[in-house]
Amino acid sequence: MAADELRSLYQEIILEHNKNPRNFRTMEDSDVSVEGYNPLCGDHYTVYLKLEGDVVKDVSFKGSGCAISKASASVMSTMVKGRTKQEAEALFERFHDLVTGKPGQSASLDDLGSLAAFAGVSEFPARVKCASLAWHTLHGALENKQEAITTE
Amino acid sequence: MIAQSPFAQTPSKTIPLDVERLRRDFPILQTSVRGKPLVYLDNAATTQKPRVVIDALRRYYEAQNANIHRGVHYLSELGTKLYEDARLKAQDFIHAADWREIIFVRGTTEGINLVAATYGRSKLNEGDEVLISGMEHHSNIVPWQMVCGERKATLKVVPLNDNGELVLEEYDRMLSSRTKMVALAHVSNALGTVNPLKRMIAMAHAKGIPVLVDGAQALPHMKVDVQDLDCDFYAFSAHKMYGPTGIGVLYGKSALLQDMPPYQGGGDMIKSVTFEKTLFNDLPYKFEAGTPNIADGIAFGATLDYVQALDWTAVMHYERDLLDYATEQLSGIKSLRLIGTAREKAGVISFVLGTIHPHDIGTILDQEGIAVRTGHHCAQPVMIRYDVPATVRASFAFYNTKSEVDALVRGIGKVLEVFA
Repeated sequence: MAADELRSLYQEIILEHNKNPRNFRTMEDSDVSVEGYNPLCGDHYTVYLKLEGDVVKDVSFKGSGCAISKASASVMSTMVKGRTKQEAEALFERFHDLVTGKPGQSASLDDLGSLAAFAGVSEFPARVKCASLAWHTLHGALENKQEAITTE
Repeated sequence: MIAQSPFAQTPSKTIPLDVERLRRDFPILQTSVRGKPLVYLDNAATTQKPRVVIDALRRYYEAQNANIHRGVHYLSELGTKLYEDARLKAQDFIHAADWREIIFVRGTTEGINLVAATYGRSKLNEGDEVLISGMEHHSNIVPWQMVCGERKATLKVVPLNDNGELVLEEYDRMLSSRTKMVALAHVSNALGTVNPLKRMIAMAHAKGIPVLVDGAQALPHMKVDVQDLDCDFYAFSAHKMYGPTGIGVLYGKSALLQDMPPYQGGGDMIKSVTFEKTLFNDLPYKFEAGTPNIADGIAFGATLDYVQALDWTAVMHYERDLLDYATEQLSGIKSLRLIGTAREKAGVISFVLGTIHPHDIGTILDQEGIAVRTGHHCAQPVMIRYDVPATVRASFAFYNTKSEVDALVRGIGKVLEVFA
């Protein structure tokens, strides 16, 4: 039981993204960059965006934190590149429902791609903030927030 | 004359601690977590409670509940006696000279805040300094920062060496005519370092500077004698020494306490009140406004009976051995780095494991029924000093065993498997 739950949290896809995070770099010529941190555990990232009108042309992140937070930031960066702000926000909403275990999610996991790997997080309430940190930070960046984003 | 048993020997060797028997005093240690026997290694956050303490709490609410210090009826008098007995027991346990020097507070944090807000606010002036150390818990940093900000005084910090020990030469150099207060942890909650307090207090006193000690992490592991230490203030929490939450003690030398303004105003801390003038109560009540935490205070009395009856020589010997064993076992793990390797340590092992984040380690250990703390342990400056975002902290009590250390080592093995 415990081993299964653990497996469902630390899926291969998550471990792999943690080991080889995508778009893990500072972006010198970003249009907007926002810092996000989780004061309780010290997860700390900066999300960089390059925007063209309403479209996320490029996205990257840099910082440090646990495997869940880093993998989530990595997957997020691959998912929102090329999407409009509205599409990115809609993905965030679905991701948030997924990790907080909102009912009715399992039926529509297919089109979530790698994001579906984070479904197991909902069994670990203490880790929801880790999984959603990068997304909250992205949200702040899309809204052009000047101040740092925290999960508290 | 006490008749000598023919088997009696000169007590050159300590009688070993009967840990299995002591474990049975703590109901929670018989429980399971996630289908595994609980391995509780988060004692620096809070310790577990023996049944006698839990019973005292229930007994109070079931048969003794009344407000204290003013009623003339039976229950009020009984409650007052039990609550005040707890004060005498606390006095006895830390060997304070006078019962009036024992002020009940919510815990260590409130004790330090009390001194900062009363002594600090009335004594500090522009240009003065408060000296703390680089290993303090946030609760022995922030109250001083606040009062220094208000009084335009400066907070100074004694540095740590790489092992997690205070640099005494620096400490000596930093004690100056501007220093109005020294505030030091007895034992570091993040590193486990035991500071050479007696010497450090003498050094401060040689320059006429009072010393407050944050004793939260010391009392669970050692017998403390405040008169022998000669500290001016000593703050500690019941819940970190096998007692209930929400109650603790600020010990202060009576001459200093007499001189300090009250902390909070209200009932119990007064002798008489008119709209023109209030006459404050005597010690210790001057600092205890409002209905106190009666239930936890009384249960703290039961806690003090329990810890007073322990064979402390055996406890300290056992814990030393357990800490040595855990240090040795964990040091055998290749990618593990200990944070805090002071010569004198108590109760705490902090570590990091390669690049695996402590939070991930904590989650995986939790699945094995092992409770550890992960994060910055309310000591962010310590994390910065050792350049780590967080650590895993295993913290011990006298009821922990070597087989629990083995379970921790196996759990870390699982972590390494998942993150292979």
